[in-house]
Amino acid sequence: MSAIQQSFKNVMDWVDARLPVTETYEKHMSKYYAPKNFNFWYFFGVLATVVLVNQLLTGIWLTMSYVPTADGAFASIEYIMRDVEYGWMLRYMHSTGASAFFLVVYLHMFRALAYGSYQKPRELIWILGMVIFIALMAEGFFGYLLPWGNMSFWAGQVIVSLAGAIPVVGEDLAVWVRGDFNISGITLNRFFALHVVLIPLVLIVLVFLHILALHEVGSNNPDGVDIKKNLDEDGKPVDGIPFHPHYTIGHDLPAIVGFLFLFSIVMFYFPDGGGYLIEAPNYEPANPLKTPDLIAPVWYYTPFYSMLRAATFPLFGLDAKFWGLVVMAGAIALPIVLPWLDKSPVKSMRYKGWASRIFLTVFIIAFFILGYLGTQHPTAGRTLVAQICTGIYFGYFLLMPWYTSVEKTRPVPERVTMR
Amino acid sequence: MSENSVNSGRRNFLIGATSLVGAAGVVGVAVPFVGSWNPSAKALAAGAPIKVDIGKLKPGEMLGPIPAWRDKPIFVVKRSEEMLSILESKDDRLADPHSERPMQPEYAKNDGRSIKPDVLVLVGLCTHLGCSPKYYPVVQPEQFDENWIGGFFCPCHGSKFDLAGRVYKGVPAPSNLEVPPHFYESESVVVIGEDGGTA
Amino acid sequence: MKKLIIVLLMLPVLSLSSLSHAAGGAATYPLMEMEPDLNDKASLQRGARTFMNYCLGCHSLQYQRFVRTADDLGIPHDLMMEHLLFDPSARIGSLIENTMTVEHARQWFGAVPPDLTLYTKLKHGPEYFYTYMHVFYEDESRPLGVNNLLFENVGMPHALLELQGLQRKVCKEIPRLAENGGEMRDPLSGEPITAKACDKELIERGFSPLELVEGTGQLSPEEYDQVVYDLANFLYYTGDPNRLDRERIGVYVLLFLAFFFVVTYMLGREYEKEIH
Repeated sequence: MSAIQQSFKNVMDWVDARLPVTETYEKHMSKYYAPKNFNFWYFFGVLATVVLVNQLLTGIWLTMSYVPTADGAFASIEYIMRDVEYGWMLRYMHSTGASAFFLVVYLHMFRALAYGSYQKPRELIWILGMVIFIALMAEGFFGYLLPWGNMSFWAGQVIVSLAGAIPVVGEDLAVWVRGDFNISGITLNRFFALHVVLIPLVLIVLVFLHILALHEVGSNNPDGVDIKKNLDEDGKPVDGIPFHPHYTIGHDLPAIVGFLFLFSIVMFYFPDGGGYLIEAPNYEPANPLKTPDLIAPVWYYTPFYSMLRAATFPLFGLDAKFWGLVVMAGAIALPIVLPWLDKSPVKSMRYKGWASRIFLTVFIIAFFILGYLGTQHPTAGRTLVAQICTGIYFGYFLLMPWYTSVEKTRPVPERVTMR
Repeated sequence: MSENSVNSGRRNFLIGATSLVGAAGVVGVAVPFVGSWNPSAKALAAGAPIKVDIGKLKPGEMLGPIPAWRDKPIFVVKRSEEMLSILESKDDRLADPHSERPMQPEYAKNDGRSIKPDVLVLVGLCTHLGCSPKYYPVVQPEQFDENWIGGFFCPCHGSKFDLAGRVYKGVPAPSNLEVPPHFYESESVVVIGEDGGTA
Repeated sequence: MKKLIIVLLMLPVLSLSSLSHAAGGAATYPLMEMEPDLNDKASLQRGARTFMNYCLGCHSLQYQRFVRTADDLGIPHDLMMEHLLFDPSARIGSLIENTMTVEHARQWFGAVPPDLTLYTKLKHGPEYFYTYMHVFYEDESRPLGVNNLLFENVGMPHALLELQGLQRKVCKEIPRLAENGGEMRDPLSGEPITAKACDKELIERGFSPLELVEGTGQLSPEEYDQVVYDLANFLYYTGDPNRLDRERIGVYVLLFLAFFFVVTYMLGREYEKEIH
């Protein structure tokens, strides 16, 4: 051992006696055994982390030039875009990052649905993940008001007005949230605080817990096989491999670079995303007297927005507006209890029966249709389609206890398969 | 997966290459973050040269801390004959009486540190830690100096300068007060922030 | 599974392409085509000159600075100051603002003329503006005597009237359509059979319902096209002044990432060998 290595070891011993650095590194990296059969779908957790870091850094840098007042906000965005050196790059990294965040998170969630990653013993990972998703939606919503464009204003107006649908306290609640009788600079100021301080803190803590919970029980895999059942003589899982360096470098690093390549294509050449990432009405300042022709939320909210609009009739003496809120809130919250809805003895879609496969496929298609409809003007025909798809969305979850318990599953292999 | 299948030479080379390219990438990503801290177009516009009319300035009077250039106070002093004669005497208590250190454009490297002998233009910030010195033009004993011959005194840390902004020995400030680039657009209008191409 | 991935990844792309149509819908007159060219500095300079002379009186470019415009368009600062900067209190670093107050604007036009810095972004491209500047016409019923095909009951005067000249709404003889959709022709002479059509019918058939009154404009229609093209091109520039920079830097970033991907992929393969 050379003198340098010896002195490095001495330093690490000194630190480890006071802070468990080596122990933590081994537990979560070099001796965290991940199943060998990870595939494409296992990229999105790490990609979400990359995007989170991007959002935090660019977000902090944007606050350095942003002015959170009704008079100054819109102009300060253009100030960032034109006057601040590389300001446009930071802003586009942030705006593209917002969409990228939802894209990878949706794919990450789809992976969990397909491979049963929410099943016992990973219920808490799933719940934490759902809370992260909800926090992310809140983060995106608060952030969307900040450019103070006309779409920002009216999207904020529509969503805050939703609170008004709650019987009895609704209107007062909406006024309380706005701090004013209409969306105003006061609302902007508090949304700014929530967007840049509170929700990011909550997100970081939740992500930390999400990963901690994952590393406590270990990762699931495409076969849904518990790799801890097959240990070698040293007590390591036969089907596992150290997370670092095999997955970090062997699997994730090229994926991150590939992702950044796609990200850069959008960021440098399609920063507006054809009106999906930055909507045209946001190129004029908020105008409380002029609603844009079509109020469509950003694409990542549109499936839920469609479900909100799909409620068009009163029920039990309560009006449609209230039921729209219930449907949307329900659609967001219902997946939280997913671990207890799935009665299947197997985890992965590979071994589940046809019913599960068909339900998942139809569910995904319905979700896409809802997403598309949310960007369009509602018509009678479209509303009907949205209502059917909303039914499918809820059916997927609510019928799950039935179809997962009656369908015929296939035998799960003892060991993971490498296909 | 036997140990033999690992070609450690190739692997080490690739680790090195990845680290190197990755480090270049990190530097590249840092560019916008670092660059965005430079003065923006707005700051540059606000810091554009200013025009000061000195036509009404009487001998011995100072115009300052307004006008400001780049948000820094600017001192414009019209020195009287008496003041100028004191400057020529070159107090041996000065640290850099001949202005050897480049704290002024070439055209102001002279006894009065000015283009016109009587009109002194200074950035009114002490070269120590950036406080703005006070103007004490009268030759009389002061609390901070019994043999005061007129000049600038910085209340923060006690640095002293003469009426050409030259620093005294034995004070914290290391160098003379800075003379900004400037030129005379006309007899009575001085442009501060630009040297009019005469440098 | 692979097929499903491809389908899932393609869906957003497919839905994206359908939006671009939905977005520009509200126009009552079909938009004319124009291809902006940010590399045509001469065109942008002419556009800037037209803007400063004919538009800036009412419409500001309040997010854009003179100095930035001069640098991007290759106009020397002193020329910019001398010929394009009319407000004596403005400096080269100033924002391109005008001196019209909100009260005056309300009094004169009934509304505040919008800032045009981002206008082409707001309107999904420069085509709207390009078309709009072509389709002013005489309308005695309007307070300012003109109306616009694209923007009904427009509150703005035709700022380039002296250049384009006055247009009037007319009815025209156009070929009649047979039931199969083809143009009807006289079976003997081969001449098209025409019928009088006005207004909306003309627009639907792709004809302009406007006719220029001879001798009222200083420019020929071709020259006027060029003026409006340059102006639209200039506003396309102000909407997104970083575009050329962005696309240039993007190339380097993508090349770097592609190279980095190859390196990390090769390294990744070294470790993946041990997994499989």
